Amino acid sequence: MTDQVTSVPDDAAARAEKRWAIVASACIAFILAVVGYTGVHWATMPPSGIEPVDPTRLHVAGEFIESNLGTQMEPDGTLVVRLIAQQYSFVPQCIVVPESTPVTFRGTSADVVHGFLITGTNSNAMLVPGYITTFKTQFSTIGDHLMPCHEFCGNGHAAMWARVSVVSKEEFLRRLRAKGGPGCV
Amino acid sequence: MYSARRLVLAHFWAAFIVFFVAIVFGEWQMFVRSPWHAWIDIPEHYYRSVTGHGTALAYVFPTLIAMGFGYSISETSLKRPLLGLKWAWIAFWLLMIGAAMAVGAVATGSASVLYTFYPPLIASPFYYLGVVLVVVGSWIWVALMALNLHAWRKEHPGHAVPLAMYANVAGAFLWAWTAVGAALEILVQILPVALGLRHTIDAGLARVLFSWTLHAIVYFWLMPAYIAFYTIVPRAIGGRLYSDTMARLSFALFLVFAMPIGIHHLFADPQVGSGFKFIHTVFTGMVAVPTLLTVFTICASVEIAARLRGGRGLVGWLKALPWENPAMLAPALSFVMLGLGGAGGLINMSYQLDSTIHNTQWITGHFHLIFAGAIVIMYFVIAYDLWPHLTGRALISHGAMRLQLWLWFIGMIIMTLPWHLAGLIGMPRRMAYFDYSNAAIAPEAWTVMAGVVGGALVVLSGALFLLILLRGQRAPVGSLPEYRYSVALHPDAPVPKILNTFAVWVALMIALTVVNYGMPIGELLTLKTAVPAISVAR
Repeated sequence: MTDQVTSVPDDAAARAEKRWAIVASACIAFILAVVGYTGVHWATMPPSGIEPVDPTRLHVAGEFIESNLGTQMEPDGTLVVRLIAQQYSFVPQCIVVPESTPVTFRGTSADVVHGFLITGTNSNAMLVPGYITTFKTQFSTIGDHLMPCHEFCGNGHAAMWARVSVVSKEEFLRRLRAKGGPGCV
Repeated sequence: MYSARRLVLAHFWAAFIVFFVAIVFGEWQMFVRSPWHAWIDIPEHYYRSVTGHGTALAYVFPTLIAMGFGYSISETSLKRPLLGLKWAWIAFWLLMIGAAMAVGAVATGSASVLYTFYPPLIASPFYYLGVVLVVVGSWIWVALMALNLHAWRKEHPGHAVPLAMYANVAGAFLWAWTAVGAALEILVQILPVALGLRHTIDAGLARVLFSWTLHAIVYFWLMPAYIAFYTIVPRAIGGRLYSDTMARLSFALFLVFAMPIGIHHLFADPQVGSGFKFIHTVFTGMVAVPTLLTVFTICASVEIAARLRGGRGLVGWLKALPWENPAMLAPALSFVMLGLGGAGGLINMSYQLDSTIHNTQWITGHFHLIFAGAIVIMYFVIAYDLWPHLTGRALISHGAMRLQLWLWFIGMIIMTLPWHLAGLIGMPRRMAYFDYSNAAIAPEAWTVMAGVVGGALVVLSGALFLLILLRGQRAPVGSLPEYRYSVALHPDAPVPKILNTFAVWVALMIALTVVNYGMPIGELLTLKTAVPAISVAR
């Protein structure tokens, strides 16, 4: 039987194999080049930073005290959303942001590992106790999004849903000036 | 074969019984969270089941398959009785005791932390000790595989190690080093807390250590399937292995690239910097190469079989393949699932694209398609192929086998493709129930129902599989030819020395892991980020 098969010349087989290896490697190299280029050129990086924080003192002092949570305008005019995840809710439960405006999210966990995504967007982050998660994003259209916890955090995990409400810039400013900062409704 | 016949049979029966019970639980999970069932009264029961399902199917089942298959490869490819048979039985019973301890802790509701542990959640120490015993048992297997290869080499100086054994030992070494990440996490971080000796734990460090194991473990699951692609399929369908060298190269590359890539599971995490996230993206891309090489080599080997059977034409040869043979059908179905799952995997590893689907139902769909789909369907073929040699009785029900494989494939497709879609529209993972009355969640309802339907076919297929094996065990005793592996197209082609040994590849494996994990782990060790542990044990 072997003789029948060797009608395929050796070098032809080796050539085909080599060509495939080159094409396959080139495809992977191209994908990686796209990832690298968009990462650097558009600064699309995943949330990173390695900022430690003590989860047992979040409510006592520092940027995650209760009055500082939700969307805030910093002295330099930038918008920062601060949030805390805990078994089994987010604080605040509803986040208001203006459309087409850069916002920075800063979040952490008060107890176990949580995470969240904002449906219909590519905002997606883990909240690990002991660390602050930061990422920048913006929302291009007015409307409501769900914001579920997406990491198992205990038996109540399935109940942990928050909301993000994207409003017009004018509406956002109106709510920002209202007592107690911007809230939903 | 076989002084290890009973040993291998014990591993396979234990594996497939654990497997079947666990997939029934999986189907129950799909059902209780579907619109066909009211919200579950006690969500803890759901997470208890998920923990059991994951622990059984990620740790116990594939480890037993790899071990049983490994012992059988050692005997049939080296053509010598297994050295250390007594130790192999000790390893088996360690595994059984460990599995019973872990699953027992889960069953009592003291360990509903999912198989990925998630500290600072802390379960009963029996859960972790059980997992440790499973790993210790598997390490004995690693040592036995190395020992048997060493003994054979001494008897055959200068000879090429049979491909099946080379790949098997590559898988064993891969597993030995893969398990170190989770072992460190359990032994150094979690167990002291679970035993009450410490009360705080660094959750970020634990996630980094676990990621070391979490991705490479998939390649440990994959090894038996790839060994079957290369060394069983071409022989079973009457073909030739296209390239022995390419096969060895693929296994060696898995050894090197499987480990230093795990941080792609942590793209959305705050405790690893962007630089290392990007580096792990690059290495994850590289690990796709051995799979692409495998696809080529196996398709070429299959084409040889078709041409030997008189197949003609550019694609006409496909018709000449022995489709009635389960060993032909299964790899074809496996490749379809591997292709879909692999394409999804390239999206997951792509740094930016990952943020669209991280921790959504997409991921659940992805790993079910790859592991439960492409890999487990090859475990079935391994069992079908080995069974006559283990029992001395022929397996004749080819029709039932084909039905079983088709059911598995169709079930997996119906189950996992809608999950991908659900993930894209933002459905989070690990939910015990959904509020389908919410207009934003309602469009995801049908995907959960599809999961129940697909899951039912999968369970049916699993039951049929066990029946076929049972029937085989009761068939009349027959005489069998010696167990053989595929013959290469050029069986006498010299094997390069580097592809006949492991030193270079193991050194690269360890060095790359140290380079890609050393900094991220070292950085976290210098930070004081331990947080209070939260016990779920009762």
